[in-house]
Amino acid sequence: MRTITYRQALNEALDEEMARDSRVFLFGEDIAIYGGAYGVTAGLWQKYGEERVIDTPISENAIVGTALGAALTGLRPVAEIMYIDFIGLCMDQLNNQVAKIRYMFGGKCTVPLVIRTEGGAGRTLGAHHSQSLEAWLIHIPGIKVVMPATPYDAKGLLKSSIRDDNPIVFIEHKMLYNTKGEVPEEEYLVPIGVADIKREGKDITIVTYSRMLLFSLQAAEILEKEGISVEVIDLRTLLPMDIETVVKSVKKTNKVVIVEEDCKTGGVGAEIGMQIVENAFDYLDSPIVRVAGADVPMPKSPVLEKLAIPDVDRICSVIRNMLK
Amino acid sequence: MEISKELAIKLLKQMMEIRQFEDMIMELLAKNIAEGGSHLYAGMEAVAVGAISVIRPDDYITSTHRGHGHAIAKDGDLKALMAEILGKKTGVCKGKGGSLHLADLSKGNLGANGIVGGGLGIATGAGLSIKLQKQNKVVLCFFGDGATNNGIFFECLNMASLWKLPVVYICENNKYAMSVSVERSHAVKDITKKAIAFDIPAENVDGQDVIAVREVVGKWVNYAREGKGPSFIVANTYRYYGHSRSDPRVYRTREEEKFWKERDPIILFANRMKQEGILSQEEIDSIEEEVRKEVEEAVDFAIKSPYPEPEELYTDLYI
Repeated sequence: MRTITYRQALNEALDEEMARDSRVFLFGEDIAIYGGAYGVTAGLWQKYGEERVIDTPISENAIVGTALGAALTGLRPVAEIMYIDFIGLCMDQLNNQVAKIRYMFGGKCTVPLVIRTEGGAGRTLGAHHSQSLEAWLIHIPGIKVVMPATPYDAKGLLKSSIRDDNPIVFIEHKMLYNTKGEVPEEEYLVPIGVADIKREGKDITIVTYSRMLLFSLQAAEILEKEGISVEVIDLRTLLPMDIETVVKSVKKTNKVVIVEEDCKTGGVGAEIGMQIVENAFDYLDSPIVRVAGADVPMPKSPVLEKLAIPDVDRICSVIRNMLK
Repeated sequence: MEISKELAIKLLKQMMEIRQFEDMIMELLAKNIAEGGSHLYAGMEAVAVGAISVIRPDDYITSTHRGHGHAIAKDGDLKALMAEILGKKTGVCKGKGGSLHLADLSKGNLGANGIVGGGLGIATGAGLSIKLQKQNKVVLCFFGDGATNNGIFFECLNMASLWKLPVVYICENNKYAMSVSVERSHAVKDITKKAIAFDIPAENVDGQDVIAVREVVGKWVNYAREGKGPSFIVANTYRYYGHSRSDPRVYRTREEEKFWKERDPIILFANRMKQEGILSQEEIDSIEEEVRKEVEEAVDFAIKSPYPEPEELYTDLYI
């Protein structure tokens, strides 16, 4: 099978869905001529023209608000918020309008809207361009939150998101754009809300998502050589969360580590852990452990930045301790 | 502008429907039949009725937290609206929206909004959608004086002007953002000036004069339909009741309230129609009586309607 980058996979998803459905259009800052801050929309403005790939002013609140208006009146916008750090600027539209409008109006409308954004640390960009804010978003009923880790999932999930009639926040990771993976030439979709077991194992379960999947798989590889068999679950979608797949794994391994890049306090891992407690407490042999981001604004210094998020060594040592 | 008898009846009837609807809600609130808050449109009827009377059924509006008037004027069903305000299953949003979220997309009403300025993004997006789909529709975006101090107002006006979107922005200046007057909260007292920065044509209109509102909005609706872009209208008006039911109105004088009530939009229009020989007093009385019956029926329907079933808690969230 051919191998392409995460960036290219996303670009193909947008291209294919735009070709398939003339109601799909792209809307955001620097996405047209420039091709997106991380190059995801490259070439699409040239191919589809300025009515379908629209550069907007730096107006995040109005980007999400107008995308909502367009979604309510017959179009299927894919809006881009360049960094998830900017989502505070449009949180009113996202939380109060986008997420609630269908419910508030008694189900008498649909909001086929995708908000693409990217987050995460790794480029030493400091506190305003490195955050992982997905925990804010899973607290908002009415949206779905998708966070793919591999090129295959990125493409299949973005295509599914564009075809979904619900509002979706699709969070990419800046350190994944250049990663490569197998992606078939032929069309496929990846279902939203379904986790994927990326590596099977029997001694312990890692639950993770986005870039931390890559670290978790590396850790599993190392631990395998030490005789520890690690199962790695990639949630892929955080809301709705596929807790069934997690519970099934916990019943098999009886031990869980959650690996997440976001700040530990009130993070996604807290929700995952509590759902495991609610659904599989009797199967746990030891307390659930979180390997998570530090509760600090992301520091600039490469040394500090590395310390602020999980790494492979930390994942390995946490698991070794749990299995002692 | 010539007013036909048919039009005169329609305008007068809608304004009376809104007035009596709102007066009735005040009664229901006092009797604790209606619960929660409610922001009443009484006094401002000429703005919604005049503006919406010049657009087509397939055109869009966005409304505000004070949205009953817009919903009625956009062909809203009094029974379904009243039931919604009481949180009933038969409400226009199945009892999940309430007073702050009256919407009926089947009639082009993209919704009232509990967030000040909340409709501006939706309206601007509907305008973008019309333009991209090459439709001939327009959007009337209603909001209050307070919303023009909110960031999204500036973001949206910029986009609408940049892309020449078919949106008529209608600021209902009722002088107070809850309790704070325009004088005490706006650096620029003439709100039309805010549109100048975006190269959007703007004008003031007497919001108590339904014919004046029709003329001005009609002109800018045509402008939008011709693809010339957005416009900005400030309709100067007044709300008779307080911001909401708990408001003791300490920030304004009884004299000021009297001044505005002497310019009541319904009385002004009825008198003019009588003077011009278009409607007789008997006809006006009979319209009022007809409306009284309709509103009573709406209340009766709403009160007798069931509340949503418990299973409804989790429906309508996702499709």
